[in-house]
Amino acid sequence: MLKSLRSLFQPKVTGIYPEKHKLTATAAIAEAPLSSHYILPLKQHIGEICTPLVRVGDRVLKGQKIAKSQGYLSAAIHAPTSGIITKIGEHAITHPSGLSMESIFIEADGNDQWDTTLATLQDWKQLEPSILRERVRLSGIAGLGGAVFPTFIKLLQDKNHPIESVILNGAECEPYLTNDHRLMVEHSEEIVLGLQMILHMVKANTAIIAIEDNKPDAIACFQRIITAQELHHIEVKSLPSSYPQGSEKQLIEFLTKKQVPAGKLPLHIGLICQNVGTTKAIHDAILWGKPLIERVVTVSGDAMPNPGNMRVRLGTPIDQLLAWHGLENMDGCHLIHGGPMMGERLGHAHAPVVKATNAVLAFLPQTMMAAHKEESPCIRCGDCSQVCPASLTPNLLADLCRQDQFEKVADYHLFDCIECGCCSYVCPSHIPLVHYFRYGKGQLATIKREKAFADESRQRSSAKEARIQREKEAKEAAAAKRKQARAATAPVTPPTQPTEGQS
Amino acid sequence: MILLSSPHIHGGNSIRKVMFSVILSLIPATLFSVYLFGWLSFLIIVSCMGAALVSEWGCLRLMKRPIAPMFDGSAALTGLLIALTLPALTPWWMTILAAMFAIILSKQIYGGLGYNPFNPALSARVILLISFPLQMTSWITPMSVDHLLNLYDFSIASQLFFFGVQSLNTSLDAITMATPLGHVKTALSQGISVPDALAHYPYHWLDAFIGNEGGSIGESSALALLLGGLFLLGKGVIRWQIPCSFLITVALLSLISSLIAPNQFAPPLFHLMAGGLMLCAFFMATDPVSSPVTHKGQLIFGIGCGLITWSIRNFGGYPEGAMFAVMLMNCAVPLIDHYTRPRVYGRAAS
Repeated sequence: MLKSLRSLFQPKVTGIYPEKHKLTATAAIAEAPLSSHYILPLKQHIGEICTPLVRVGDRVLKGQKIAKSQGYLSAAIHAPTSGIITKIGEHAITHPSGLSMESIFIEADGNDQWDTTLATLQDWKQLEPSILRERVRLSGIAGLGGAVFPTFIKLLQDKNHPIESVILNGAECEPYLTNDHRLMVEHSEEIVLGLQMILHMVKANTAIIAIEDNKPDAIACFQRIITAQELHHIEVKSLPSSYPQGSEKQLIEFLTKKQVPAGKLPLHIGLICQNVGTTKAIHDAILWGKPLIERVVTVSGDAMPNPGNMRVRLGTPIDQLLAWHGLENMDGCHLIHGGPMMGERLGHAHAPVVKATNAVLAFLPQTMMAAHKEESPCIRCGDCSQVCPASLTPNLLADLCRQDQFEKVADYHLFDCIECGCCSYVCPSHIPLVHYFRYGKGQLATIKREKAFADESRQRSSAKEARIQREKEAKEAAAAKRKQARAATAPVTPPTQPTEGQS
Repeated sequence: MILLSSPHIHGGNSIRKVMFSVILSLIPATLFSVYLFGWLSFLIIVSCMGAALVSEWGCLRLMKRPIAPMFDGSAALTGLLIALTLPALTPWWMTILAAMFAIILSKQIYGGLGYNPFNPALSARVILLISFPLQMTSWITPMSVDHLLNLYDFSIASQLFFFGVQSLNTSLDAITMATPLGHVKTALSQGISVPDALAHYPYHWLDAFIGNEGGSIGESSALALLLGGLFLLGKGVIRWQIPCSFLITVALLSLISSLIAPNQFAPPLFHLMAGGLMLCAFFMATDPVSSPVTHKGQLIFGIGCGLITWSIRNFGGYPEGAMFAVMLMNCAVPLIDHYTRPRVYGRAAS
């Protein structure tokens, strides 16, 4: 009774139930043809940029490491095919403002010849977790769900926080996206094997494969394998098809009823989450010695002539990928990199496919404009608070961001916003709430940076003053010492009275 | 290049949809008011809605703003809501004044839709009650109307609307009566106990539920308002927190007080069916702009409204307190919102 009363005060986090538009749910993954050239940006992950290992004119083999990670939080980059390095320089990346980044250009030689330096680890069950983890690190694997966090870090063991359970994230809650879905249907055995490798690496006992109930075929595939192989420690769980069901923290809350404390990671409550695509990549790297050079991309949207799922090599120019799906002229449509809820709009299609590219969508202008209507005043209906998976009060937060009240913004926990877009989706006034939150976060980061810089300058200048003072004091001390020395020696050697010794 | 921020799909809700579903939900109450007061109701509603729209248009023009918000349904809704809170004998100029108060003084002055601290319809109604207490408390007896005045006759209704009761050679007393709340209040001041007063009142609480009693044109029928309220709840336009906590608070307080002192306090059913409580609970207190955003805040808001309504009805100078209660609680909304923010994911309760 008390609990049900309490639940009145703590509304259940529900998110939204958008139209899922899974146009490509039954389209088998097609193999992409070889492109004439590939462009590999040096940073395709969260963390530090890579350093090129090759020079212009070098010949590289497929799977050869062409850029190494620099620093800890980083993921190496490998050549997607054999060919010649033609250029290392700036190129447009999948950024909404059309920013560019240092990239490696490879001209394919058409042989697609494999580099065979990486051994296959068939006996992974006998190997130390650290060896497997090193393989994951060397293979340049980063979270393929879209966050692209270097995977090996997630697989590290922490003595204080033993991992009890691994959650395999097959929710794929973004509308239109079916790349994970197809991967689960077509490669369920490899994914289950990859999951067992993860369990081995983090020494966890149980695993949950979490899939939204709009993918019954994928659920059936996993259930069949688990029954056949008697994997009693792995459980398949069906999730309601809401959004953002696949968001790590929300998924954990749904499955375990536990919340990841703010500022902590899932491992602090004994869990890790891995995307199904990442798990397949881990399997490929360990069992087949294959680094991350390709991924499955959903190409869809209402302006796409032939939507489908395709296994695409990283570095494939997006215009090339679209051309393979019948979209040659992009003037009349809007391109989205990622899902429609969290993806960014691309100004052009020159950027290449990167590790984060789970989808490229093309929308008709009228579809896009129906979503991006002119903003009206907030009528405080509270729908945004109702759907916010982080239990924020988006309308109040957006007001504060708009008024640049950044001290208050922290109190309203702006940085707990996961930018899922549920608030903007339900807003009857079409307020681009997420946009305001990004602005607020950006401004706060700038303020923090400027403050750090000012503090540093202040410290520098006070250090300088201290140094000058010290030098001055030292000089004075030295002068005094000299004077003293002179005074002390003066009676011994009076300059005006020559002594015997001197003469 | 156009910068469009995610998400790139939208649920399709709009201000216009919200406003028109509220207008739709008021149709039962509106139709019932026309059934009770004939053309008179029709004239009041048309004049209020018309004046509200014209005032909105004038303000937007004066402020050199786009005219589009005029058609979002909010001004029309405000006009309809004020009309429903007016007595049937309200003269034409007062209906126009009410609409102007609502749109100009309590909405556009603050910056238009979304920025008004008080519910515009309600504040206009309160201004009118304070400025014209006599006209605002003369209630036509619905059942006496038929044989004295045929309000279904357009010429009689319009004569009444434009020229007043005097023009029809009828005295005000012949066609008016006290509302149940007013009747009980007067009785108590004369030393008559509540059960005695209710025994002498010609109507049963069931009449009040269906709507056969004196009162503002849209407030009479609790049933019609309840239907509209349930429609809004079902559509998700309003949430249960405010109406339920409001009504339950009034019911509980009147239950306890009537059990303790049955001679001084009217029973809960009487309070729930009487006056503007239903209209306020489902349509005024739930106005999103002037009510809290958080669920916990909405509960507090509703409880506060109920407490103040009950207090004014029983201890205040006015027989009806629902609209004052909502306006008083409107003042507290920013504070309530600030202190009732939900616990953020992964954080301890603040």
